[in-house]
Amino acid sequence: MSVADKLLKAAPAITAGEDRPQPPARRGPRRTAEPKDRGVISASDRKRPAVKAWLRIVQTILLVVLIVSGLGPLLWAAKASISPSNDIVSDPMGIWFSPNEWGNLLLAWNGARIGQSLGNTVILALGSTLSTLIVSVAAAFLLSVLRPRWGPWLSGAIIATLFLPGVVSFVPLYLTILDMPLLNVSLQDTFWAVWLPAGASAFNVVVLKRFFDSIPREYMEAAKIDGAGPMRILTMVVLPLSRPILGVIVLLSVVGSWKEFLWPMLVLSNPDLQPVSVMLPRLATGNSPLSVQMAAVFLTIIIPVVLFAIFQKQFLRGVGTAGGVKG
Amino acid sequence: MTKTLDAPPAATARRRKRFNLTRWAQGGGLHAVLFAVPVVLVYVYFSWGPVIQGLILSFQKTNLVQPAEWVGWSNFTYVLADPGLVQASLNTGYFALLALVFGFPVPIILAVLINELRKYDTLYNALAYLPAIVPPVAAILLWKFFYDPDAAGMFNTALGWIGLGPFPWLNAENSAMSSIVLYATWAGAGSTAIIYIAALATVRTELYEAAEIDGAGIWRRIWHITLPQLRNVIFVMMLLQIIGTFQIFTEPYLFTGGGPNNATQTILLKIYNYAFVNGDFGAATALSVLLAAFLGLLSVAYYFVTKRWSTT
Repeated sequence: MSVADKLLKAAPAITAGEDRPQPPARRGPRRTAEPKDRGVISASDRKRPAVKAWLRIVQTILLVVLIVSGLGPLLWAAKASISPSNDIVSDPMGIWFSPNEWGNLLLAWNGARIGQSLGNTVILALGSTLSTLIVSVAAAFLLSVLRPRWGPWLSGAIIATLFLPGVVSFVPLYLTILDMPLLNVSLQDTFWAVWLPAGASAFNVVVLKRFFDSIPREYMEAAKIDGAGPMRILTMVVLPLSRPILGVIVLLSVVGSWKEFLWPMLVLSNPDLQPVSVMLPRLATGNSPLSVQMAAVFLTIIIPVVLFAIFQKQFLRGVGTAGGVKG
Repeated sequence: MTKTLDAPPAATARRRKRFNLTRWAQGGGLHAVLFAVPVVLVYVYFSWGPVIQGLILSFQKTNLVQPAEWVGWSNFTYVLADPGLVQASLNTGYFALLALVFGFPVPIILAVLINELRKYDTLYNALAYLPAIVPPVAAILLWKFFYDPDAAGMFNTALGWIGLGPFPWLNAENSAMSSIVLYATWAGAGSTAIIYIAALATVRTELYEAAEIDGAGIWRRIWHITLPQLRNVIFVMMLLQIIGTFQIFTEPYLFTGGGPNNATQTILLKIYNYAFVNGDFGAATALSVLLAAFLGLLSVAYYFVTKRWSTT
């Protein structure tokens, strides 16, 4: 038994409760055809008036709480972004307002340079996602399909990083960026400083490897007999079959790097390169009016929220199955 | 006879020893190496390397200009003698405790409730997950405004309707940390609930049916079936939450900067200050190593304790 196997044996704790990544052949009808199983409350319980009434009350309260806590801050930010500063301060809970300050958004976009930093955020998110994908796919393909003799060692070394708290490598990682060992270049104030470390995502390697493992070997054998090399097997067989899990990784990684704050703040000191998450706190401590700040907050929030609204199902399924380990 | 018996092992041994490059490359070895290159480079530079470098740095003194010099345990003794460390550790522990007692049950309750929905459950899920989508920096700016200690502040106005407050929230030593916990619970509960909901789908329904036949009410079914069946996920999520809360940085940094009067100073804030305010990378890595070692020991202890509970 290899190192990696032992570590993976220890790992199920992490992914407990996760159903294995479904091979694409099973998607679709399975979800709709299967009637929803009963939960704690049975069908006969549901017919009892007391249970029925309580359920209705509890579920209504829950809905109100979720709307207030989930949607409330977003709607409030939307409202504040088009209100004058005085109104935001004097009557924060006011529902009736005149949306007469559309200029806030423009001021935030141009004056506070939110437009530019949002652009940086997009570049950082896409680059980090790409680097995560390239490295994780290469690692997972290597470990799941090519399986070299030294594979278990690599696998063990990658999985071991999952168990280390991020705090150990935080400061030395910054020093690495300042002066890359052997290369003697500084990545400080380049997007590479954010893109490249994002590639070392052990969790995505584990998730992808598990998914690749679930792809029937026959497909790859067939492609091999037809004369396909490893690269062609990867691009023609493995990747097309892995589209669902790749989509989940892309979504979670884009949103994850959108939320990133500390790392970009450390390695990107040039305001022209800073993402919006670094720009916002500075805006708040500066002397820009509250309405412009709120407009900036709204502009920062709206893009990931729209992304979530579009890909809601993928997000929720992705977090439900692949989630568990953060960072 | 003996000759033929002896020969094969010797032959194979010699064959294994002689490494044939072309055969190795044709067997896919070259491709494997090509795939490994980006992986190993990225992990060496940004994952394994920094971990080892962190261990080394904690025994060195460096200011990035002069070459680093070995200073033995002095970084550790310096960090441990820092009068602020006790306060920061207590604060961090207090945060972890509050988050565990008040924050941890929230996603479980949320998941159990959402799991009982027969209609609109995706709506509930989506609403619950929304806070996890909002970038923390933007959310914290909003919440900072909501936490306005003035009577006209957002939360104070709302609480004023039912005759409570006004509360000082982030401005008072004894309520600042609880305010941060409240925010952290809001930010994290939804995404954790989604994981519990996925786990709830794997609970065997026969158990509920059997319990129902035995006359167990709804509460007893939740207590005796749902929660024990979720046990393993709960244990993992609890450990992850503890590890996460001990490394809390963004929230206190942006909400309070460690104040008022160091009431929200955490260990990670101290590490940040050592490294990026004082420029003392040795002390910063020493404290990082101490925290990581503590979390490692905690995880091991936790693993053994919960292992016993989950088998019995």
